[in-house]
Amino acid sequence: MSDVVVPPAKTVEIDSHTINFGPQHPSAHGVLRLILEMDGEVIERADPHIGLLHRGTEKLIEYKSYLQALPYFDRLDYVSPMACEHAFALATEKLLGITVPERAQWIRVLFAELTRVLNHLLGISHFALDCGALTPGLWGYEEREKLLEFYEAASGARFHANYFRPGGVAKDLPAGLTDRIAAWAEEFPKFIADLERLLNNNRIWKQRVVDIGVISAEDALAWGFSGPSLRASGVAWDLRRAQPYDKYAEVEFEVAVGRHGDCYDRYLVRMAEMRESVKIVKQCLAKMKPGPVKVQDRKFTPPTRAEMKHSMEALIHHFKLYTEGYHVPAGATYTAVEAPKGEFAVYLISDGTNRPYRCKIRATGFSHLQATDKLCKGHMLADMVAILGSLDIVFGEIDR
Amino acid sequence: MSGFFQTDLGIVILTLAESLALIVPLLIGVAYLTLFERKVMGAMQLRKGPNIVGPFGLWQPFADALKMLFKETIIPTGSDRLLFMIAPMITFGLAVVAWAVIPVNNHWAIADINVGILYLFAISSLGVYGIIIAGWASNSKYAFLGALRSAAQMVSYEVSMGFIIVTVLVCVGSLNLNDIVMAQRHVWFAIPLFPLFIIFFISGLAETNRAPFDLAEGESEIVAGFFVEYSAMSFALFFLGEYANMILISAMTTTLFLGGWLPLFHCAPFTWLPGPFWFLGKVLFCLFVFVWVRATLPRLRYDQLMALGWKVFLPITLVYLVAVAGVLEYLGWLPNA
Repeated sequence: MSDVVVPPAKTVEIDSHTINFGPQHPSAHGVLRLILEMDGEVIERADPHIGLLHRGTEKLIEYKSYLQALPYFDRLDYVSPMACEHAFALATEKLLGITVPERAQWIRVLFAELTRVLNHLLGISHFALDCGALTPGLWGYEEREKLLEFYEAASGARFHANYFRPGGVAKDLPAGLTDRIAAWAEEFPKFIADLERLLNNNRIWKQRVVDIGVISAEDALAWGFSGPSLRASGVAWDLRRAQPYDKYAEVEFEVAVGRHGDCYDRYLVRMAEMRESVKIVKQCLAKMKPGPVKVQDRKFTPPTRAEMKHSMEALIHHFKLYTEGYHVPAGATYTAVEAPKGEFAVYLISDGTNRPYRCKIRATGFSHLQATDKLCKGHMLADMVAILGSLDIVFGEIDR
Repeated sequence: MSGFFQTDLGIVILTLAESLALIVPLLIGVAYLTLFERKVMGAMQLRKGPNIVGPFGLWQPFADALKMLFKETIIPTGSDRLLFMIAPMITFGLAVVAWAVIPVNNHWAIADINVGILYLFAISSLGVYGIIIAGWASNSKYAFLGALRSAAQMVSYEVSMGFIIVTVLVCVGSLNLNDIVMAQRHVWFAIPLFPLFIIFFISGLAETNRAPFDLAEGESEIVAGFFVEYSAMSFALFFLGEYANMILISAMTTTLFLGGWLPLFHCAPFTWLPGPFWFLGKVLFCLFVFVWVRATLPRLRYDQLMALGWKVFLPITLVYLVAVAGVLEYLGWLPNA
């Protein structure tokens, strides 16, 4: 029997399999394409691919006058359009060296906060939807609809508002809108309470999000996190507080901060921020006084139509503003706002002409998305979906 | 005439007629269950649900069915054609076949067999094959993941479900579904066996791949899971199968725990209504809870579902079984003792 040949022991390497998550996937939040290296259901590596929604916004802006460039910002983070406009309007104003009238500043703060609620409603309801909870999503849409009606009343458009302009806002609020917003601000906390009852202490919800996708404060800073995602890790950094713009210095609010930096804290911080936003909205409504809503300088603000009927000068101003636009003094500025998703900023360089020389946009979601691999490693496929939901990613701004 | 139905041919014809009398209402029931779900969920989510096709959207199910019929059946190139086509048939076929033993009223079942509950248990366990075969034959990673999840899920829940059924059997002393219902004349098993009733219902949710245990299709994770590659009628068969299974599990819950066709109380106004009415009412109640749960809860992760099955439900059901048997033995209440 000694001539029995024993075959050499073979080791079998089991390769991890890859999954193509998106771009056509219900929870890819638009057009995210993730290549996931999986060991069964456990993610070993997540490789995000971007660029599927690239529209060349930054380059296009270089060929537009400052006023024409503004609508592009609605289309960046299309879930919180006015917050993006805000950054560009502030940057342009800084280069022009103009100060916006009081009322316009209040209106901007008011709508920036409504936008925050708008964004967090969608963010949280989609987060819940990604975890399989169907109802918060539809409740959220119902509330969002009311806010979009405010958008429409103020600007004429539900989404792509084009409302915050360099030098103020496009037009004053229509009669009665402030009352409707005030009524909404009374009702809305009840909705938040309802939503919290559905999720906060729901065992399954907590099982799905607590201790999932944890990121420490140091790591969050190192990866360039900002906004609610950073605050959930325990860093109390809020641009509205740290470097107030418009009327943020004059309103009272608290900065919600989490502790663990997991998905649950990111959710809680967003919920708390909605409550704070309602507070700010109420203060805006109380402190707002009648007055002009655009800077009173004919070189930046077009004249009224009535004026154009009898004033030659007004007609010329109107013509020049809507064809050539205004010339911005040469200079550069990095202007950031606390958008609902985090620090949204514009790095604007002017060479003294009527068009920006360069307009670099700091997209909030970009730095959050780059941490996907770090956050997802070792978690399961279902957790990855929860993590993506908790980061609140929108591709309009990431791909630009 | 009664003589004719004693002959072989007569029995065959009678059975066919009975089957038809069951399957047609069942299919219509499935069709309207989809509408029921959409309407109930609509109400819970502050919207209306389908209301365009027909009055109150009553013809919506038929519009959906027609749409499915006229769609193209796409068979992926890399798939195993035979298995790919068989899988939905298995799922749907099993969902219908199981109904043979469900008693809608006293002795109103196509097959009033003496091992009815075993038959039901066997058939509902086979249901997973449709899913695994579909996931395997699709030759798609998402479908495969769905199939794997489904297999893991099924193993976790069948065991505790088995113990629950055994507990009921210990109380009844018969495997016949008719006897099981009649044993609940005085008190429905949902009352003395309340924890088991709840666990059975939760296991039923898992068995039918319904939220919060819809991991096998997990829409936001693996898109549609095992039936991601299916289209047209083959997709519709899975869909019908899922809803028929929902009704089946509701009927099982009704039979085992809610006293089947028995009225709420055995006194005048309740006994006027016929048995099938009570049966349907109870099934409808269970279905409502199915939908309610779906509108309320997020989805569990797949390892959490396994943990729930093995670490919570299995010990509880096992202990309860032993406890029930002990109490019955001690008090001398064991049937057929």
